[in-house]
Amino acid sequence: MAQALRISETLENAPVKAKASKVQVFYGAKQALTDIDLEIPQNHVTALIGPSGCGKSTFLRCINRMNDIIDGCRVEGDITIDGVNIYGPGQDVVQLRARVGMVFQKPNPFPKSIYENVAYGPRIHGMAANKKQLDDIVIDSLTRAGLIDEVKDRLDAPGTSLSGGQQQRLCIARAIAVKPEMILMDEPCSALDPIATARIEELIDELRNNFTIVIVTHSMQQAARVSQRTAFFHMGVLVETGATEQIFTNPKDTRTQAYITGRIG
Amino acid sequence: MVSDHIVKSFDDELNQLVSKIAEMGGLAERQLADSITALSRRDEELANSVIEQDARLDILEEDIDAHVIRMLALRQPQALDLRAVIVALKISAELERAGDYAKNVAKRALTLMQTPTVGPAANTIVRMGTIVGGMISNVIDAYLHADTIKAKEVRARDHDVDQIHTSLFRELLTYMMEDPRNITACTHLLFIAKNIERIGDHVTNIAENVHFLVSGENIAEDRPKSDFSSSTIVAVEDKAK
Ligand SMILES: Nc1ncnc2c1ncn2[C@@H]1O[C@H](COP(=O)(O)OP(=O)(O)OP(=O)(O)O)[C@@H](O)[C@H]1O
Ligand SMILES: [Mg+2]
Repeated sequence: MAQALRISETLENAPVKAKASKVQVFYGAKQALTDIDLEIPQNHVTALIGPSGCGKSTFLRCINRMNDIIDGCRVEGDITIDGVNIYGPGQDVVQLRARVGMVFQKPNPFPKSIYENVAYGPRIHGMAANKKQLDDIVIDSLTRAGLIDEVKDRLDAPGTSLSGGQQQRLCIARAIAVKPEMILMDEPCSALDPIATARIEELIDELRNNFTIVIVTHSMQQAARVSQRTAFFHMGVLVETGATEQIFTNPKDTRTQAYITGRIG
Repeated sequence: MVSDHIVKSFDDELNQLVSKIAEMGGLAERQLADSITALSRRDEELANSVIEQDARLDILEEDIDAHVIRMLALRQPQALDLRAVIVALKISAELERAGDYAKNVAKRALTLMQTPTVGPAANTIVRMGTIVGGMISNVIDAYLHADTIKAKEVRARDHDVDQIHTSLFRELLTYMMEDPRNITACTHLLFIAKNIERIGDHVTNIAENVHFLVSGENIAEDRPKSDFSSSTIVAVEDKAK
């Protein structure tokens, strides 16, 4: 109880890292999201939940403008990060994606060595002045992703030679190597076993000290375990947002209740 | 109001849990009524049967415990389902305790059969028992129908039980002062009254659980405190006049 109170207090006092206002997304003529207003608290984990096709991934992709590369996709409304509209004029999308990293459902390491997978981002963003600095970033990122012990003797092995869970942690190491401010995760554990899932969840819990995290998950238990704030989407609408504890113990909207308790909505 | 689960067996398991609670409630109510009847009619056989039947409440409680643990592990219930499962666990514990008190009333009724009757105190106890029995029945109704208004009424009724308990306490103290030969019987009657009053408290807890089950929130207002037996003093002069 004391623990729960502490979490909701820090949640209330947390600065807003990102804020969506009246976000609408269209794929051609089809509207996928309507009037989404959502605040994402800094250094917390926000979970996006909802039935398949409700627009979770679409919303996640708005936060680092990944929808820009989808043909026919149009985004309206504002998303600010630290108060600056990322859809405003003169925004550098490459720079944005360095600030807002992404981890996908299926681990997708580059067909390169473990080392190169992590070194790639820092190198293209000019974050290391020399080989030593680059080595340090790679080791540090692999350490923070909880992978270093398993790969330190085989940094030259291909990333694809790792197990699924290890590959996902490699992708997380790759995402954090460029020192982003936010990390977006789209069902990062859906291909992993319970042990690998637990390791990723533990990692997420640790990462939130340094990053702001938004995670899409189909596992109610996972949302309940890793997030402090939960947003429930339904048919392109944001139905309810609240402290995770509240959403999972006493949701206000009947649609939320039906969804999380597995009822016919 | 609440729709069914997509997985039908989940609903079946929740319904079974509710029936088991209803069964426990019915049994606890009857145990109390029988123990009071055994007391007022000096019915030894009935008192013994109450003492024996208590094991059934214990078995039902264990059964509900196991059912709840299985549901928590296998269904991982959320929100109102989680409340339903947790509340069932708590209500069954309250009913089991209520049953223990009824059994204790029956035991003391057996002892009292060996002493002469004192005053009309037994009538007051019958009245208390009837009120508390009605509370059990109403609180189970409130539970079955998710009726928070009824649950609140049950909770308010406990006030009357406390008042009767306090006045009975004074009455029994007076008998004891009148004639020390009454002390044995009166002491047992005092404990019986206390047992029934405690059952009322457990029923009140159940009413609060029903409120939580339905609303997801704890009942707000403080319950009025009307059992003053713990601070009651009867001075010798009181009875002199
Ligand atoms: N590239 C696309 N072109 C056209 N429509 C799309 C595209 N991507 C998504 N959609 C549509 O937008 C809606 C939201 O899709 P989205 O992928 O955001 O859902 P989701 O909540 O992530 O679902 P899931 O849980 O299945 O991953 C769906 O109706 C989907 O068909
Ligand atoms: Mg998706």
